[in-house]
Amino acid sequence: MKTAFPGGIHLPDHKAESCTTPIAAMPLLPRYVVPLSQHIGAAAVPVVKVGDAVLRGQMIARRDGALSCAAHAPTSGVVSAIEVRPMPHPSGLWDLCIVIESDGADAPVAWQPIDWENLPPEAVREQLADRGLAGLGGAVFPSHIKLDPANDGHWPVLVLNGAECEPWITCDDRLMRERATDVLQGARVMQRLIGAAEILVGIEDNKPEAIAAMQSAASPWDDIHIIAVPAVYPMGGGKQLAQQLTGRVTPSGGRTTDVGVQVFNVGTAAALWQAVSQGEPLICRIVSVTGAVERPGNFDVRIGTPINDLITAVGGVREDAAGTLVGGPMMGFLLHDEAATVSKAVNCVLVRPQADFPPRPRALPCIRCSRCAAACPVSLQPFEMYWYARAKDFGKAQSYSLFDCIECGCCSFVCPSAIPLVEFFRYAKGEIWAREQEKGAADQARERHEFREFRLEREKQEKAEKHAKAAAAAKQGASPEDADAARKKAILDAAMARASKARETASPKNTTDLPTDKQQEILEIEMRRAQLKQAVDHQISDIDADAREAEENNG
Amino acid sequence: MIEAILIISGIGLLLGGVLGWAAVHFRVEEDPLLDKIDALLPQTQCGQCGYPGCRPYAEAIAKGEADINLCPPGGDEGVKRLAELLGVEPKPMGEGLGHKPRSVAIIDAQTCIGCTLCIQACPVDAIVGAAKQMHTIIAAQCTGCELCLPPCPVDCIRMEIVPENLARWKWRYPIHLIRPLHGGSRP
Repeated sequence: MKTAFPGGIHLPDHKAESCTTPIAAMPLLPRYVVPLSQHIGAAAVPVVKVGDAVLRGQMIARRDGALSCAAHAPTSGVVSAIEVRPMPHPSGLWDLCIVIESDGADAPVAWQPIDWENLPPEAVREQLADRGLAGLGGAVFPSHIKLDPANDGHWPVLVLNGAECEPWITCDDRLMRERATDVLQGARVMQRLIGAAEILVGIEDNKPEAIAAMQSAASPWDDIHIIAVPAVYPMGGGKQLAQQLTGRVTPSGGRTTDVGVQVFNVGTAAALWQAVSQGEPLICRIVSVTGAVERPGNFDVRIGTPINDLITAVGGVREDAAGTLVGGPMMGFLLHDEAATVSKAVNCVLVRPQADFPPRPRALPCIRCSRCAAACPVSLQPFEMYWYARAKDFGKAQSYSLFDCIECGCCSFVCPSAIPLVEFFRYAKGEIWAREQEKGAADQARERHEFREFRLEREKQEKAEKHAKAAAAAKQGASPEDADAARKKAILDAAMARASKARETASPKNTTDLPTDKQQEILEIEMRRAQLKQAVDHQISDIDADAREAEENNG
Repeated sequence: MIEAILIISGIGLLLGGVLGWAAVHFRVEEDPLLDKIDALLPQTQCGQCGYPGCRPYAEAIAKGEADINLCPPGGDEGVKRLAELLGVEPKPMGEGLGHKPRSVAIIDAQTCIGCTLCIQACPVDAIVGAAKQMHTIIAAQCTGCELCLPPCPVDCIRMEIVPENLARWKWRYPIHLIRPLHGGSRP
């Protein structure tokens, strides 16, 4: 079978190391560290405090705006800290996390299943968003947005991505073998939400067991097609798989939704079915732990599990370990600190065996052999883009469609000069984004500065006008002091009249809608006041009477 | 002979008229170069270049009165871009001016006396407050120009460098060593 997209490479797949054993459960850990920004979009906002007791599945951080994702407690216990911790991120930066000390009971919160067949799609999306559902293929895009066709038009085709083209990773393979029905049930819900006419599931042909399991699970439905696709990297790219299955080519700068195809990872579909059928939020995902570890395999891992605990659970690293990757060897990144935790994005922890990962030779000059262009699945010219990215000529690099690069790493892999091409493209993209942001900030600052200048000018003019008026009034006869005093008095009177009117008409008054005990209190005070007033009046009249008497006597 | 002179002077008058009309009707109000220069400046309005704001500095550059290497927030990168636009050689930053990392002003709430002096100094109206009320800075709008520091009578404003976080992090320039063939000597 041929691939529908150009380029691509054949890689030694290294799947056998981890795909032979069933998905195993991880033992409950004493501590979980849940990152607040594990998805694309704004970081989640904590809704618990240090010291709070939480239950498994309880929301501990809410969405911040639409493009954001809630986080939930992976087990029951106590929030012991909300602080910065190392993140599973290529930068090695630390970021805010919620630390939960497990109480060992693992008591769940009572979640209700979602009645997806009867509820309107908006309500289902809202509930899925509350359950923290996000894409588990790697990009961690909040699913409720991808499931809303109002955002992007009509999508007749739903593609489930089970290609899993990266070497070493087998979590989707095991998932499809063991939980095929969950995946397809989840796909049914997705289909209803986006109104797709058919569901296409693409699985690379190096996973015959997964294909068989999915086919038998799909037999009751006519509109679900399980399609074996050639095992060519990067078949698992969303645009590549959509092209392979439907023949539709995503336009430059566009998304697959522009050609009516919405792509989800099979893991997301299974998680969605968990959320719908059990009501369970996304607190668990399958992670492949493989490479130079004692017992490679796939594990049901709670979100927030420290990666070093995960490696310990598989018997620790072998002697030939040379660094830990998160993700696969092509698109994954080297982990700076193994105390970082499994987030929704972590699909694989790959401890590099030395023999399979020799140090990259030093780069030689580019000889413009164009092998990178031949391998590029998006028909770019990496050798040209490299030239400009290296020279920091970003405009030129962009004119070679830099932003269509999916960063698959095929070009770096085939380069006979061992140039880390894709690193240059990532760098150039980052710089261009940063510049655009800077430019946006500068434009805003300019606007604000110009408005300020305008405002100052206006105030100056207004002042000048006022003075001119006063001077004119003074000339017309009335002495300036009188005019000034009269003007001030008029202003004062007007202000007082306004204030008293505002007092009278103010609604609600601070005495309306009070509870009865308060009203009672006010009544008592008023009565006391009235009595006092009466007494005082009486005294005054007495004094007056005395005075009159005295006067008469004197008279 | 006389016809030739008449024809030529007629054409001359006509074209002169057209040019004169065009000069009035298609007159460019402002130097278009000015906007281009202004667009490259970081708009911090900090005045470190010696001009009262970014636009005056852009005007000075456009007139050829100011050098292109006087803007510390723009840094060497900014100088390079200005040089590219103007078709001149980039030069190092001016005497005593170096690139400054992006920072924001922060008001210490305990010390602020609510004098409004900083509000009047802020070139982008990024400080909120009223007389005898505590002031605060809208961090998202603060350009880090430091103009609010000198007027503060109680020195309650400090500058803080904006730290790198996940959202602002970007891939570094790849360390890319090109190895010469045959042990270091080029043929």
